[in-house]
Amino acid sequence: MKIRKDFPVLAQTVHGKPLVYLDNAATTQKPQAVIDTLVRYYTTENANIHRGVHTLSQLATEDYEGARGKVRRLLNAREDREIVFVRGTTEAINLVAQTYGRQNVGPGDEIVISAMEHHSNIVPWQMLCQERRALLKVVPCNDAGELLLDEYEKLLSPRTKLVSIVHVSNALGTINPAKQLVDMAHRWGAPVLLDGAQAAAHMPVDVQALGCDFYAFSGHKLYGPTGIGVLYGRAELLEAMPPYQGGGDMIRSVTFEKTLYNSLPYKFEAGTPNIAGSIGLGTAIDYVNFIGLERIAAYEDELLTYGADRLSSIEGLRIIGTAKEKAGILSFVLDKVHPHDIGTILDAEGVAVRTGHHCAQPLMDRFGVPATARASLSFYNTKEEIDILVKGIDRVLEVFS
Amino acid sequence: MAELSHLYQEILLEHNSKPRNFRKLEHPNHSADGYNPLCGDRINLYLDIKDGVVADVGFQGSGCAISRAASSLMTQSIKGKTVAEAEQLFREYRRMLTQPGADVDGELLGDLEFLAGVAAFPTRIKCAILSWHTLQAALEGKETATTE
Repeated sequence: MKIRKDFPVLAQTVHGKPLVYLDNAATTQKPQAVIDTLVRYYTTENANIHRGVHTLSQLATEDYEGARGKVRRLLNAREDREIVFVRGTTEAINLVAQTYGRQNVGPGDEIVISAMEHHSNIVPWQMLCQERRALLKVVPCNDAGELLLDEYEKLLSPRTKLVSIVHVSNALGTINPAKQLVDMAHRWGAPVLLDGAQAAAHMPVDVQALGCDFYAFSGHKLYGPTGIGVLYGRAELLEAMPPYQGGGDMIRSVTFEKTLYNSLPYKFEAGTPNIAGSIGLGTAIDYVNFIGLERIAAYEDELLTYGADRLSSIEGLRIIGTAKEKAGILSFVLDKVHPHDIGTILDAEGVAVRTGHHCAQPLMDRFGVPATARASLSFYNTKEEIDILVKGIDRVLEVFS
Repeated sequence: MAELSHLYQEILLEHNSKPRNFRKLEHPNHSADGYNPLCGDRINLYLDIKDGVVADVGFQGSGCAISRAASSLMTQSIKGKTVAEAEQLFREYRRMLTQPGADVDGELLGDLEFLAGVAAFPTRIKCAILSWHTLQAALEGKETATTE
């Protein structure tokens, strides 16, 4: 497979076995083009942005803003100023909780999340609810890991001040019906944040078509560097929100009596941002576009179907998360073996999977398991690698026979 | 990498499937819960200490094979020992896990030495040590122990 050659990390061996990297939901590997971009940036144009009159500063600023444009096109946002660079999905959600949330949520108000949220889409809202004496409402899911829309409908009311729901579940792979969730919340006037950490790299995302008010994702799960992520927000909402952090770049003028805040998106980008990371993310987006998100989604779906079939044939293996609409995540448990032991034995076979609660403890409780083993797929994975995973699981069963 | 067979020894797998002292004590005078947030392992440890001696000990909970086997072996090795002896045992056990190749007192450790292979798997040391942290918490009158 030619694409694999673009990812130098994949060519290595681990414990003497070819690396089979199936932990893409945790972070994806980086193509050479992204690595080269970081090297080129630091080698030839490193400078601070927005303030310098010198050449390097202008180059860095152009590339940084160019990356913003690439993100806008990736998400099909209306304007560049609706794209705020942050550290990652977690920071994006915290930003909304601490600005929009603190401004608009009061005692007795409600925030709606779902049973399959990552801790990063639970805790910021709990913190806000505690501070504002508001209530957190949770949309339940069925045994397949699909949200119960009639229960969701019942939770919505004039008290609902915000809905924040994951687009694709990191622990189950469920693709939630985002447009429907948004439309239902909008009927009650509640804005919707979609956590797109597991979606943006695996399917086309169009924030205008979805109608969502906020969309968050992390660069490192989209083949870009760590420490860079994106918050999309509808301009009118971002305009009305107070700043998140104070500092340089987010101001227009400062006196000791009064500070005028900068315009969007700079109001939310205090301090020197992750310039190299943003530019690297821009390259990652170019790379993903070059392959094509439609093609990526179709190929990963084929791998998922193959993987689900192969895993299901293993006696005593149960797949957690069997939604009809599902992305490339295979969470599973074995009858007699704890996921942690599965992970260690697979590692010895060169296979990297995640084991644990996947930062979704309430969801693990819902399914009555302390943890799962999770293989998460990327377009650079192959059916041969799935076969190696299955052989690895056979080895696990052998050790514990 | 060290051999898997050094980690998953026969005797550990046997303790995992049939853990010793896997029960709640009726009237423990010391108890604590241990929790490993990394992998979700939980242990509830119950102790009956009489005149400074571990008269009885039991544990419950869920966890990986290493943590279950380590808990089971721990209960076996501290039963009948004084609290001071149990603490000394913990120090030697921890040395075995965290200083690979260290010259440990095999006689003192007894069956615990079957866990020496864990030292070569840094991500699993917490699994092998959780029950001991929980023991320490119970003896100090704390309610919970965590590996983080």
